[in-house]
Amino acid sequence: MSIEISAKSITPIRKNYGHIEARFGDKKPASRYQEAVYDVQPTTNFHYRPLWDKDFELYDTSRTAIVMEDWYSFADPRQYYYGTYTIARSKQQEVAEHNYAFVDKRDLMDTIPEETKQAMRDILIPLRHVEWGANMNNCDITDKGYGSTICTVTMFNAMDRLGMAQYISRIGLLVDGNETTTLDAAKKDWMEAPEWQGLRHAVEDMFVLTDWFELMIAQNFVLDGLIFPLFFDRFERKLSAEGGATIAMLTEFMTEWYAETARWTNALAKVTAKESDANSQLLSEWVNKWTDRLVEAIEPVAIKAFGSEGADQLAEVKQELLARLGKQGLSV
Amino acid sequence: MSDKKNTVFLILQDNEEARPIIDAVEQDNPEANIQYQPGLVRMEADARLVVNRETVEENLGRDWDIQELHINLISLGGHVTEDEDQIELSWH
Repeated sequence: MSIEISAKSITPIRKNYGHIEARFGDKKPASRYQEAVYDVQPTTNFHYRPLWDKDFELYDTSRTAIVMEDWYSFADPRQYYYGTYTIARSKQQEVAEHNYAFVDKRDLMDTIPEETKQAMRDILIPLRHVEWGANMNNCDITDKGYGSTICTVTMFNAMDRLGMAQYISRIGLLVDGNETTTLDAAKKDWMEAPEWQGLRHAVEDMFVLTDWFELMIAQNFVLDGLIFPLFFDRFERKLSAEGGATIAMLTEFMTEWYAETARWTNALAKVTAKESDANSQLLSEWVNKWTDRLVEAIEPVAIKAFGSEGADQLAEVKQELLARLGKQGLSV
Repeated sequence: MSDKKNTVFLILQDNEEARPIIDAVEQDNPEANIQYQPGLVRMEADARLVVNRETVEENLGRDWDIQELHINLISLGGHVTEDEDQIELSWH
């Protein structure tokens, strides 16, 4: 007797949810990213305005001067939703954890010359307050922003910033054998040392910006575009040359993170600028305004970090940033 | 099954990891015939089918090594010409 096994394929009646189908069609099943992120924010039937802000609906496009026909034109090039994001970060966290344990076990901090250690204490450690500010700012963007493709990216970004602030704190603890001396000194520098006050003032002014897209530009485009290449790339190279390669091992995440972040900031700038001339003009205006302000604010720190080369290093970083944003269609 | 003698094909598992590759094949080979079958996706083309690293990277949002193709590869037909930037199926 022979048994004939035949394969029977059953085609589903519909492949996608209705709102996903309206956007991407029914030709093939939606990706997890599309299902998780698109059109998650409600758009109608807001019965009451929020008590704390009666001029706006709960989700309101008029909270920014940027106008988009479709707020979902932007898609995260990394396609992060909860699953992919946590998997990617947990892999990186494992590597970082391993590096910290290695440095601790081998007492590598003791091999760094005292001047290099001091340079790290003066420049890198106070940056944890900048990271915390970035966390606040990205939470604020997530709160006021429109379009869940944008808001998921900024919320993940906010969590990353908290993580990076913690990495910096751990470096501060490692260098002193778990005493908080360095962290306390860095806090004092951030609050009182004259070279940090310009930057602190700028970060605190960002806290109270009302237009969330301007905050996005100021924080995620300009401030990060200056701080990360300048301190976590160029300054780290300088420290490594002076015997501080151990520190580069502990801040590897920041370098990787910035390269990854540049991908979505580029995509967001491109999509928003392409939408209309008015958008492009507004973006350029904000970029110019915040570049001027922040370059001036960072300069004293850059000079403290690089000595007489500080201003040149900062100018180069600024040029790189403006060239990158220029490529996305901004006139800067 | 196509009865043409010079047909080349690439079959990948139908999953989230293979999706950016399938999309890349679709973008770079407009004539390719793409069939979704249970559990697998069969991509057929006349004479030539390419997978470009750059297109996959764009879809994926990260760097991609062309060797990662093997993870979700079920079968292929054609002679393989491979370098760091693309994998090409054709009959020599």
